[in-house]
Amino acid sequence: MSNPIRSAVTAQLGTAVELAAQVRSGERSAVDVVDHYLAAIDAHEGDVHAFNTVTAEAAREAAAAVDAKVAAGEDPGPLAGVPVALKDNLCTNGVDTTCSSKILEGWKPPYDATVVRRLAAAGAVAVGKTNLDEFAMGSSTENSAFGPSRNPLDLDRVPGGSSGGSSAAVAAGFAPISLGSDTGGSIRQPAALCGVVGMKPTYGAVSRYGLIAFASSLDQIGPFAADVADAAALFAAIAGHDDRDSTSVPQPVPDVMASLGEGVAGLRVGVISELMGEGDLDGFEPEVLARTREAAEALAAAGATVESVSVPSTIYGLSAYYQIAPAEASSNLARYDGVRYGNRQPGPNTAAMMRATRTAGFGDEVKRRIIIGTYALSAGYHDAFYGKAQRVRTMIIRDFAKAYERFDVLLTPTSPCVAFPIGDVSDPLTMYLNDTCTIPSNLSGDPAISVPFGTGAHDLPVGVQVLAPFLGEAKLFQTAAVLEAAARDRFATTSEGD
Amino acid sequence: MNVTDDSHPNDNATPVSSTMLSSWTHESDVPAETGVVPDEWELVIGLEVHAELATATKMFSPAPNEFGADPNTNVDPVCLGLPGTLPVVNAKAVELSITLGLALDCTVQRCVFARKNYFYPDMPKDYQISQYDRPLNVNGRIELPSGHVVRVERAHMEEDTGKSTHIGESGRIHDAGYSLIDYNRAGVPLLEIVSHPDIRGPEEAKAYVAELQQILIATGVSDGKFEEGSMRVDANVSVRPAGSDELRTRCEIKNVNSLRSLGRAITYEARRHVDLYNAGDRPTQETRHWDEEGGRTHPGRSKEQAEDYRYFDDPDLVPIDPAPEWIEQLRVALPALPRERRQAILDAGGSVDAAVMAVERGLDGLAIAAIEAGAEAERTLTHVANNLAVDGAEALDAGHFAELVKMETGGALTATQAKQVLAEMVETGNAPADIAAARGFEAMDTSELETMLDGIIAEHPDEWQRFCEGEKKLQGMFTGQIMKATKGQADGKVIAQLLAKKSQG
Repeated sequence: MSNPIRSAVTAQLGTAVELAAQVRSGERSAVDVVDHYLAAIDAHEGDVHAFNTVTAEAAREAAAAVDAKVAAGEDPGPLAGVPVALKDNLCTNGVDTTCSSKILEGWKPPYDATVVRRLAAAGAVAVGKTNLDEFAMGSSTENSAFGPSRNPLDLDRVPGGSSGGSSAAVAAGFAPISLGSDTGGSIRQPAALCGVVGMKPTYGAVSRYGLIAFASSLDQIGPFAADVADAAALFAAIAGHDDRDSTSVPQPVPDVMASLGEGVAGLRVGVISELMGEGDLDGFEPEVLARTREAAEALAAAGATVESVSVPSTIYGLSAYYQIAPAEASSNLARYDGVRYGNRQPGPNTAAMMRATRTAGFGDEVKRRIIIGTYALSAGYHDAFYGKAQRVRTMIIRDFAKAYERFDVLLTPTSPCVAFPIGDVSDPLTMYLNDTCTIPSNLSGDPAISVPFGTGAHDLPVGVQVLAPFLGEAKLFQTAAVLEAAARDRFATTSEGD
Repeated sequence: MNVTDDSHPNDNATPVSSTMLSSWTHESDVPAETGVVPDEWELVIGLEVHAELATATKMFSPAPNEFGADPNTNVDPVCLGLPGTLPVVNAKAVELSITLGLALDCTVQRCVFARKNYFYPDMPKDYQISQYDRPLNVNGRIELPSGHVVRVERAHMEEDTGKSTHIGESGRIHDAGYSLIDYNRAGVPLLEIVSHPDIRGPEEAKAYVAELQQILIATGVSDGKFEEGSMRVDANVSVRPAGSDELRTRCEIKNVNSLRSLGRAITYEARRHVDLYNAGDRPTQETRHWDEEGGRTHPGRSKEQAEDYRYFDDPDLVPIDPAPEWIEQLRVALPALPRERRQAILDAGGSVDAAVMAVERGLDGLAIAAIEAGAEAERTLTHVANNLAVDGAEALDAGHFAELVKMETGGALTATQAKQVLAEMVETGNAPADIAAARGFEAMDTSELETMLDGIIAEHPDEWQRFCEGEKKLQGMFTGQIMKATKGQADGKVIAQLLAKKSQG
């Protein structure tokens, strides 16, 4: 590839796991690691626009503190000195947190999100806040008020979304790991489009405290990484019960690091027929389906039992999602009224001020969803729209539960297509179809992961998705690790050859 | 002029449920209070009472729940609704809410928090976390001292809003120059207690609120202070032809800040409805505000602003399903309720009024203890009703109190003396015998009085003759003479007995 950014993908200094080991042993200083990544950001951020804010100074200070701990013989944490990029909807004390919206421009939270505190405790070093579709509403990062992020593998194409800045940051070598949030696929789809690993945990496995809400019953924070082991290490660092989030699960989260290398021998894998272009849903690129079938074969070759399975209600997932998510968003986003923080536009009275502020502060896609959600909850329509969508959600949960009686994990494509050119998709409904395969696990609350598996059209990466039942993260990462190894074997020449 | 505006454009807080619909067709057999509206009309009143819970912290966050702090000091990121924050239910608030539910004979059930969506600047999230179709407590009752039972539809948990102060000519939001917002109250835990429309007059409404206030205080659920806004009442008022079971258009009256205002507001509103009907017109269903100075209600907002609150289950919170053992534990821990305490006074021989008064003043325990120690019930309760409406009375030693009553009924003290001794007992805590001795209150021996009376009869033979023949008004003259001779130390009752005995003898 002639694209200079593409080489940045392989310019990772090492994996997060390796870097942390080196920093912990004193072999490499955290300051050196951070400086390497800040230099990469300096060199290519102008092209990629992965970040809304780069916190270089704070990062160097945090890295120096890690080095001081190492020097003092203290435990600097499992992710010591590993740079991490944070989606700009995660609250960071004293650092701009914008959701890529004009309405929050200039707002600095007075507190850290639980995941931010946990990463700091683990020794990770935050390097900046990444771009997203405004309030995480979108699949391309084009809905950012601060301009789109670009796919490091092809700067004319989108990195996916809404966590496009976070996926681009890892793909471009700006950080070995990053955090995103996933409401309908916002981690997994951009991971697939940028050729990195992205994972959505079980709903409640990771605290949402400090994640600026889009749709509270669907939102989960999760990891991006260049490989499966790093994604697992990042997940392990942020997961676990949090008293500040009532929806946080009380059970212990599975130890994903311990089981990572256990393989798939004897594992029962179901390939969801409705999401393989075999039913009413179309729009799947043939190469995407081909890679997914090859992934199934690879699992079978590694000892898994692979069968096709029908999860009938998944085809209604998208429709249900576009009632439930906007309904919750219409309420979650009401607080941006100009009274207390962020943007305020003048008006002759309170109501007019609120209207002017929200009119000027929100972008079109956010307004569209607020209007859809307000309508879905309105008297007279509530049951026909929101109520019906909730019933569909119950059906999907039931269908998945039934599938998991016969299977340990399920397999689907992550996105129906590879990265598309910036500006190419102008119709919102077409854009929404990007999330067809990812939405069902947000509705069911189960974990899912996207793993790069070869390339599709235009030699762009394809991601395959593994789904697992509630708190099935151990088997999820285990399966992902096998797919990753198989992809290395199968596509070694394609990914490094030209 | 600065006016604090508590009146949200919200708060037709109660969803219409099937139980509520049936309540509107409930026929009451309670006689109407006379004089409020002409006899051919009757009032139909339902009350919504908001009570702040006596917790240390807020409903969903660790910020202090405390009255009177400097503006915007009792706040934290959660109760300010800052982006990314999440609510966590205060277990103490749930405990107090269940306790009240049990005190009102409610069914305590699995419940769900819902969001009530509307824009208002003193509401940090522009939605209020409340309960909608699955509240914590349902189907309760409050029995008033009169014996009338008002059914309680529900008592649900919710969070309070902040307070806006509008700075401008009228103090109303419409022409305010600017507004100040204090979020100290935002997130304070509230119980909203909704009655069925079983109340038939302003006095009954006041009795209902007073009874609820006493239950809240007795159970420690709330301090029940109107003046600090710990209790707020909205009244749904309508009228109908007396004896009818129809339900006519109701108006919700807000901004009622005392029991007195409640009575006045209901009376005003009912008469307004009657006048409208009599003029061939009809009231409009609306929220109206009570204007304490003007003594009238006025429309709160125009109809076109009527809101659709778009209730839905709050996805940030999980349902609360109180364990039966927990509920049982709280039921066992319930203190004696005002109704039971009044009954104890009635059982001891007190009147309804005496019972209400004793319980209102928290002196029922003292009275019962004194009666159990041998004091005469009637005399004991008379003291409680008439002579103990003072600070410190509740600290009175029941043994001393009983002793005092016994001295009085035994003739050792006159009524006047007993009253004086009692006052000093409250002040000093000293024993009644010591106080009486120090004051020289030595009740006279009857034989001494008899000798005295013989002397007076000898001085007034004609009057004595007429008295013996039935001229009863002369009793005052003889009593006065004896009082004069004893310098007021004689017991009027003893004199009366003596005169009766001698005149018939």
